[in-house]
Amino acid sequence: MLRTRSAIALLAGALLGAVLTVTNLAQATVAPLAKPSPTADHSKFKELQKQFKSGPEVTKACLSCHTEAAKQVHRTKHWTWEFINTEKNQKLGKKNVLNNFCISIPNNQQYCTNCHVGYGWKDKNFDFTSEENVDCLVCHDTTLSYVKQPGMAGHVVGEEMEFPKGSGKILKPIPLTKIAQSVGKTSRETCGTCHFFGGGGDGVKHGDMDSSLYAPEKDVDVHMAVDGLNFNCGTCHQTSSHDIPGSRYTPVGKDKGGMQVRGKNEGENPATCVACHDTKPHKAENSKHAVRLNIHAEKIACQTCHIPAFARGGVATKMSWDWSTAGKFDADGKPIVKKDDHGHTIYETRKGDFVVAENVKPEYYWFNGDITYTLLGDKIVKSDKPVGINMIGGSATDGKSMIWPFKVSRGKQPYDPENQTLIAPHTTGPKSGGGYWTNFDWDRAARQGMADADAPFSGKVDFVSTEMYWPIAHMVAPKDKSVGCAECHAKDGRLADIKGIYIPGRDANPLIDKTAWLLVLLTLLGVIGHAAIRIFASKKH
Amino acid sequence: MVERVYIFKRFERFWHWAQAALIMFLLLTGFEIHGTYGVFGFEKAVEYHTIAAWMLVGLWTFAVFWHFTTGEWKQYIPTTKRVTEMVRFYAFGIFKGESHPFKQTALSKHNPLQRLAYLGVLLVINPLIWTSGWFLLFFGSWASWGFPNLSLELVATAHVIGAFMILLFLIVHMYLTTTGHTPLAHIKAMITGWEEKH
Repeated sequence: MLRTRSAIALLAGALLGAVLTVTNLAQATVAPLAKPSPTADHSKFKELQKQFKSGPEVTKACLSCHTEAAKQVHRTKHWTWEFINTEKNQKLGKKNVLNNFCISIPNNQQYCTNCHVGYGWKDKNFDFTSEENVDCLVCHDTTLSYVKQPGMAGHVVGEEMEFPKGSGKILKPIPLTKIAQSVGKTSRETCGTCHFFGGGGDGVKHGDMDSSLYAPEKDVDVHMAVDGLNFNCGTCHQTSSHDIPGSRYTPVGKDKGGMQVRGKNEGENPATCVACHDTKPHKAENSKHAVRLNIHAEKIACQTCHIPAFARGGVATKMSWDWSTAGKFDADGKPIVKKDDHGHTIYETRKGDFVVAENVKPEYYWFNGDITYTLLGDKIVKSDKPVGINMIGGSATDGKSMIWPFKVSRGKQPYDPENQTLIAPHTTGPKSGGGYWTNFDWDRAARQGMADADAPFSGKVDFVSTEMYWPIAHMVAPKDKSVGCAECHAKDGRLADIKGIYIPGRDANPLIDKTAWLLVLLTLLGVIGHAAIRIFASKKH
Repeated sequence: MVERVYIFKRFERFWHWAQAALIMFLLLTGFEIHGTYGVFGFEKAVEYHTIAAWMLVGLWTFAVFWHFTTGEWKQYIPTTKRVTEMVRFYAFGIFKGESHPFKQTALSKHNPLQRLAYLGVLLVINPLIWTSGWFLLFFGSWASWGFPNLSLELVATAHVIGAFMILLFLIVHMYLTTTGHTPLAHIKAMITGWEEKH
């Protein structure tokens, strides 16, 4: 599935590329000074003048010049899939956390690591010190023909091969040599191949990132718009030493650093809004409410007003995933797939019920950047309140929080009612030795997954409601499409549940209001009564 | 022929009606900002309310100047003399067709109850609505004015209480204009300046 989608995306990207090339050529005839290209033409390098048959072979060639590159990558989350939150003393990262989509990595590495920047992470024994297994091309390909093969632990098809073995399906190789000779900077295509498809499909996970960002219109994303600023991911996520800034594990809740200037702001996140727009972004020449809006910006994250809805590019995002209904078959014992009117899958025997949506209004919460995860061994309690897969910190009074927009993905997922822990089920793989998606057996899936994660499992599987918070930061709308005043300054507005601040139009002291309106009513009755007696008395006279 | 007295001078009449219009408009937009109903939409209501507030500030600058240069401020010096008579008149006498116990002159245009009511406006409602309103107009400057921890809820609530007081005043004031020798006599006087004597 990923491959088909990637292929479509690549095709779209290629078309776009072609259009842009034509435009560039047209401009070139007018302007003699072409934009300086990179100083190195990789197609001229003798190290790359050979027929590459695998990813690691290419990497070795890369490392013969870029001697420190693999060591840099080794230090990043893209490689380790691990992040230690020292403040919370939690071991996070993809390798360790769970979510409420496909849930977890253990025993599913073969498939999940299709999005790892490496080759061969097929089980927990992967060698994280291997330099040749760093995948340079997945980020630095410019040909849009670099495709990782699902189920091959991040490997690519370098030679014609049968896959899966014994299936009779023959896979054609990708043009590794051409790809290696054409390397360049990262692009929205390279980043998007994984980040737009998180959660197992286009737009599934984040809501504010999907394939519409390959070539969005201004209305979808004012920064990335092809007819506008035309930003790449790296324009904001400005990177050095391969360590991409903009962490989802320790996000910046309130950026007090202001606009970033050379020589200052060392080590600060360059991907925040404030990094470019400063803390008082509204200018009098653009808005008659500039002063008032800048006061708003002291407590309200830019995203809250400037991203009125997510999943705006025509791609639906998954809002809810209920694993507890998985495993139903039709009368013939065949798996079921149900679709809604738009063609979105809403039930699958393998996975359960989904709720998908486009143009979703976010939920709003105070957020100071603190995120605490419920990890595999953590005790959970099944109650009316869903278990937070991650829990966000923040309040009106801590001085570090802003009101942020969130996608909250909700659902039900397997847990161990005896040990009171979440379960990391084995889902992927072929029928023999595979997980839930081929065997439909929760006990077996849980046993295999938990064994791989070295976690205890009681043998009982139940389902628990969970929720997970995803801060929304992409798909910034043009300023005239931002959230209007009355959408929050109202009784049932977007910020109806936000506590700790007084919002005119939403808030009123009920005692004062009731007493005062009663007085107004009594006064009116008083003058009407007085007038009535006057009229009555004057008639009598 | 009915005797006529010139009570309300031209500026005074202009001031009165301009202020009346502004106050009613401020009430209309203000209660929308308060969330009581929707007429203009919150954003426009705030814009209009702000503009009307500044117009009232301008009007008041002239009015204060006028009151002091003409000595008219003396009209607001309160008196307790004949207050009980006034109350008795509105409570009973008015129904029996008794004539008004207070005779208006150019030098004493407000009856004792009016004087007390306007003094209340000057000493209670105005400080409340203007101070809170001024703070709300300069919401961004509180910290630089030395009030970093002033609560918006407190200021807004004070402003709302002031607004309710004005609304109550307005209802009673408008009703009492009908208590002249004819229901429209006082209103006519406020338009032409001339009050007929009876």
